[in-house]
Amino acid sequence: MHEELAEPLAERGLSYIGAKILAFFAEVGRVALLLRDTLAHLPRGLLRFGLVLQQMFTIGVGSLWLVVVVSLFAGAVAAVQAAYQFASQVPLRYLSAVILRSVIIELGPVLTALVVGGRVGASIAAELGTMKVTEQIDALESLAINPVRYLVVPRFVGAIVMLPVITVFANALAIFGGYVVSVTSIGVSTHTYVSGLKDFFYLKDLYSGLIKAFVFGGIIATMACHYGFVTEGGAEGVGIATTRAVVSSCVLILVSDYVLANVFFRMLFK
Amino acid sequence: MIEIRRLVKTLGGRRVLDGVDLDVGPGETLVVMGRSGCGKSVLLKHVIGLMKPDSGSIQVDGVELTRLDERELMQVRRRFGMLFQAAALFDSMTVGENVGLMLAEHTRMSREEIAARVAECLARVGLSGVEGLKPASLSGGMKKRVGLARAIAFRPEIILYDEPTTGLDPVMGDAINELIRALQKQLGVTSVVVTHDMTSAFKVGDRLAMLHGGKIVFTGTPEETRGTRDPLVRQFVEGSSVGPIRV
Repeated sequence: MHEELAEPLAERGLSYIGAKILAFFAEVGRVALLLRDTLAHLPRGLLRFGLVLQQMFTIGVGSLWLVVVVSLFAGAVAAVQAAYQFASQVPLRYLSAVILRSVIIELGPVLTALVVGGRVGASIAAELGTMKVTEQIDALESLAINPVRYLVVPRFVGAIVMLPVITVFANALAIFGGYVVSVTSIGVSTHTYVSGLKDFFYLKDLYSGLIKAFVFGGIIATMACHYGFVTEGGAEGVGIATTRAVVSSCVLILVSDYVLANVFFRMLFK
Repeated sequence: MIEIRRLVKTLGGRRVLDGVDLDVGPGETLVVMGRSGCGKSVLLKHVIGLMKPDSGSIQVDGVELTRLDERELMQVRRRFGMLFQAAALFDSMTVGENVGLMLAEHTRMSREEIAARVAECLARVGLSGVEGLKPASLSGGMKKRVGLARAIAFRPEIILYDEPTTGLDPVMGDAINELIRALQKQLGVTSVVVTHDMTSAFKVGDRLAMLHGGKIVFTGTPEETRGTRDPLVRQFVEGSSVGPIRV
């Protein structure tokens, strides 16, 4: 009796898992096709530079205050944590070096991408999702305007250009936040802090961080546009699309961060 | 002008279109009527290439739409104008930008020329001077009229109307019907109107077709439709819940 029941249950379980795996690869395929179309429409999409500029403003300038707050505190926390871990074992003249390198390699690009991904990714997915369920994307196509060229390309370019730019700001602000805490509450002099920055600044660290930011920008825009375009079912669908866009962006940012870290520090900068 | 043959489309496991055959002649206004959810809008979206059929053929002046690639399809779409059920105006743009978008994208017209065409189209639909308003500040009827102005801005040869009077009060509904009639006379366009509003269907249609069970089950002039003995059509035209169409 139990064996008879077990077989269909196992079968159903397997078919459920199989369906999920197929759905996952279908989703990956759709994202890849959207990315291919985006790259194919890039030259013509760039001709409408006003749209690109508008997106650069929304993504970059619009995120600036959020990034200012997050970066200042991230730098401040980095200073406190580093000083605690040094615990008289490591001289404090290395404090700014630790803050600098951890910020420009990792904290700056990743924190900025996660913060901007949450804000911008949600906004793009909600906007495009609403356009989808209210037939505005169909309307665009009926006007013989390709939605990828008109909607995705400006957002994609805006994100890949502005993420590195904001990351530079974030890096500077985080290092400043670390400086304020180091000088006012840890007892490091301005001269020591600045010397550490000068001695341990490597251009390749900055490049690796900015390349990461560039990739993260592409991930945020692609995932948000993808989930916006596949939205179905009204307000609930828009909510689901927004959540999926943010969650998938965050996961992919962290996964690609690991991959890029390996590429830079185990292969290229060895 | 438009020839549809054996069109089949399945959505969510349901065969929405099950071998649709339909012809629309040049300058003609064909009304496709049928119950809500019977596939009228799906049929309309196939005509402009917004949906791909599972099988079958759609020809516009001999050009087979189902075999065109994206770029060729975009060229064909320039011959169309479409009024969507809820107007589908772009929220982020003003009324003027909505109406002039196709001109800005596909022509080398100057801003002044586009503004003049936009004003002309808005005047045709009785909405002069609203160019600077955002769609959110318009009533349902105004949105439909702006949608219509957008549909005619590029001087289309074919206009598709998806439920043009749905959600409007009877007076505004009649105003939209009059507008559709006037545009047909003034512009001489071919039109396909999808609706379940029989007042509208009789008012604007040169010919009426009924979509039921995924097939076109009847076509005829308004007079033939009124006088038909086909129980399906009679029940639908009379708006009765008793008959072969099950609720």
